[in-house]
Amino acid sequence: MELAFVITAVIVLGGAVAAMSLRNLVHCALCLALTFAGLAAMYLLLQAQFVAFVQLLVYVGAVAVLVVFAILLTRGDDTTHQSVFSKTSFIGISVATLALACILAAALSSYVADRLPPGKPEASVKEIGTQLMTQYVLPLEAVGLLLTAAMIGAVIIAMQERKAK
Amino acid sequence: MDIGTLLSRIFGDPDQAFVTLKHWLVDLAPPAIQPLVSIMLSIAPILGVFPLLFAITTVLERKGLGRIQNRLGPNRVGPYGWLQPVADGLKAIIKEDVVPRAADKVVHFLAPVVIVVPVLLVYAVLPVGRNMVAIDIDAGVLFFFAVGASTELAIFMAGWASRNKYSLLGAMRAIAQMISYEVPLILSAVTVVMMTGSLSTMKIVEAQGTYHGLLPDWHVFTPWGLAGFLMFMVAATAEANRSPFDIPEGESEIIAGYFVEYSGFKFALFFLGEYLGLFAASGLAITLFLGGWHAPAEWLTWVPSYVWFFTKLVLFIAMFIWVRGTLPRVRMDQLMNFAWKFMLPLALVNILAAALWRFLPVGPARWVITSVVILGAYLVLARVVGGEKHFTKREYRFAE
Amino acid sequence: MLGEGIIKGMAETARNFFGSYVHEHRLTTVEYPEERIPAKENARQFPFLVFDGKDPMAGLRCVACQICEKECPPQCIYIEKSKDKKPDYTGKAQFYPAVFDIDVSVCMSCQICVEVCPFEAIKMDTEFELSNHDRFGGLLLKRDDLAKSNHYYHTIHPSEAAEVDARLQAEKEKAEAKAKAAAAAAAKPAAKPAPAKESAPPQPAPAAAG
Repeated sequence: MELAFVITAVIVLGGAVAAMSLRNLVHCALCLALTFAGLAAMYLLLQAQFVAFVQLLVYVGAVAVLVVFAILLTRGDDTTHQSVFSKTSFIGISVATLALACILAAALSSYVADRLPPGKPEASVKEIGTQLMTQYVLPLEAVGLLLTAAMIGAVIIAMQERKAK
Repeated sequence: MDIGTLLSRIFGDPDQAFVTLKHWLVDLAPPAIQPLVSIMLSIAPILGVFPLLFAITTVLERKGLGRIQNRLGPNRVGPYGWLQPVADGLKAIIKEDVVPRAADKVVHFLAPVVIVVPVLLVYAVLPVGRNMVAIDIDAGVLFFFAVGASTELAIFMAGWASRNKYSLLGAMRAIAQMISYEVPLILSAVTVVMMTGSLSTMKIVEAQGTYHGLLPDWHVFTPWGLAGFLMFMVAATAEANRSPFDIPEGESEIIAGYFVEYSGFKFALFFLGEYLGLFAASGLAITLFLGGWHAPAEWLTWVPSYVWFFTKLVLFIAMFIWVRGTLPRVRMDQLMNFAWKFMLPLALVNILAAALWRFLPVGPARWVITSVVILGAYLVLARVVGGEKHFTKREYRFAE
Repeated sequence: MLGEGIIKGMAETARNFFGSYVHEHRLTTVEYPEERIPAKENARQFPFLVFDGKDPMAGLRCVACQICEKECPPQCIYIEKSKDKKPDYTGKAQFYPAVFDIDVSVCMSCQICVEVCPFEAIKMDTEFELSNHDRFGGLLLKRDDLAKSNHYYHTIHPSEAAEVDARLQAEKEKAEAKAKAAAAAAAKPAAKPAPAKESAPPQPAPAAAG
């Protein structure tokens, strides 16, 4: 176990546990963002630079901001000064541990655990691009279609609010 | 290597002076900690040079803006006012640090830190001179944008933790502005990545190193490069919350927007973060479009590479100051319209033009066709965005 | 075309920037306190007492008539008459102020005291740099601080001072002529003492005092 892996793992797990157990919702969201950043560091440890930076760009730069905006626009006046950990933290942690145990049991008892670790692929950006454009072009186009539909939907929702007067 | 050899090597090849110095210093250290020393010596100049540049920029800006506005800038502290940043820094440090009673203490404290640290991180991929890049990542440009996107979270933290409606409003507007302008920023950088075929900043700079004819082979001297460069600069101005896009910190409107509750050193950190972000964006523009550390003509290559980089950077700073002194602040809805209805389509057309440039045969034909495509899109979009001025009876929406 | 206005604007600011090093009208800063814009002629700050000649006490025009004290709207002037008299510019013996205090924290520079003074004794000064270290006492200007020479008056308000001098000169000549006529009439034989006694008293100040 390298030191870098241990530190990153502590960050990821600590952030995730904090995201479950803190009372203040915004603090939970920020700890979740910390977890995402820790995951990006994990990808870097695995020499997957492109995925790490895309993880940062998408998760920390967009998803975390989205979560935070959602909290902001719906629960803006939650300014209570109470205990740091929420009352249901124990239940949350136990549920999460149970889920982890189930998944681990399922994974370790399947054939996946007996597979040999795959050889390290050439994870350069050029290779990713080539694969996206040749072998995985259909999923790429499907994702593009999905994103376009989402954008059009957002525009329509925003527009209708004005026209419904 | 002794001092004599070191000095002769430094003066013999001034272009690689700092690289030679660094290698000599690393060799002096015991082999066990040499990697650590090497990393430290790569980081320390960044931490020293760019904040110093920030200090110089504050004076330059105040004096430059003053001259543009028919007045003198600061001229009392030091000769012609050049020691003003020392006075400002001392003031920022010794001011009382006021934290509002209802503020969220931890988040309030962390927000300036989370703003400054990612901005300092991105300098690691900017090639400041020949062989002078701190880290040569394969996906350097992507690293830049990914880490730069973390600043938005910090702005939210600052606005939320102050528990002040005006801070929150300022933070939301700032985040909306930054997210909107990230799209044209990245799309205009994508054209360069397309044409070079690599995301590594060193390779992008190396690809612009040849000289054909009168002008060097920089990307800015092609139609798509010029359009991309202009869009990149506009988007970078908006990303850094700089006039004319400084609604979030509009000093005459919401006083300081999301950092109104900060005083003393934290305020100075926000300012530092903002200006460092500006330098980083300029540095990336220089790398992508202006040939990085290359000299503009073949007969000028004797000047060291880092001198060219910093000259270009100072010219960029002067441009930013010039624009700040000229343009009035853009309104929030004008800003959003501009980003989504003008810059985004133009950036997409620019990508198309770059592709045309790549696949058309070399010659005047591709210049003409590419320029026509870009200019046509520009004029059409200008009509569309500018022609939206229909005034109707104002409708009021009340909260349900 | 979109962007044209921006280019024109930037050209104008560049012209301002480079022009500020060359032309004076593009850099209008006056670096106070090293440089000062000279005050206009009819600038006014606080009042001062005018004296003719070199000796402030002998030449003080103020006769302690206390009209300005009564007319001052915020009542910032305090005057105490002297017990004895001294001769004024026409030679007639007049009182003079033993105490003449103006509280400059109260004075609002309305110039009413100047307008009502029948003796052209109090005029408006242009001096505003009156800071000193005495926080309360420094706000009260006494007679000796207020007395400034007619020569000084000429330097700050030249045309006004010249006009005042001309008028006072005319007064003086009229008074002297009258005195001469009275002396000539009195020099007539004492056969007619009664008309001599009816000689008019010395002229009061002219009505056009302002």
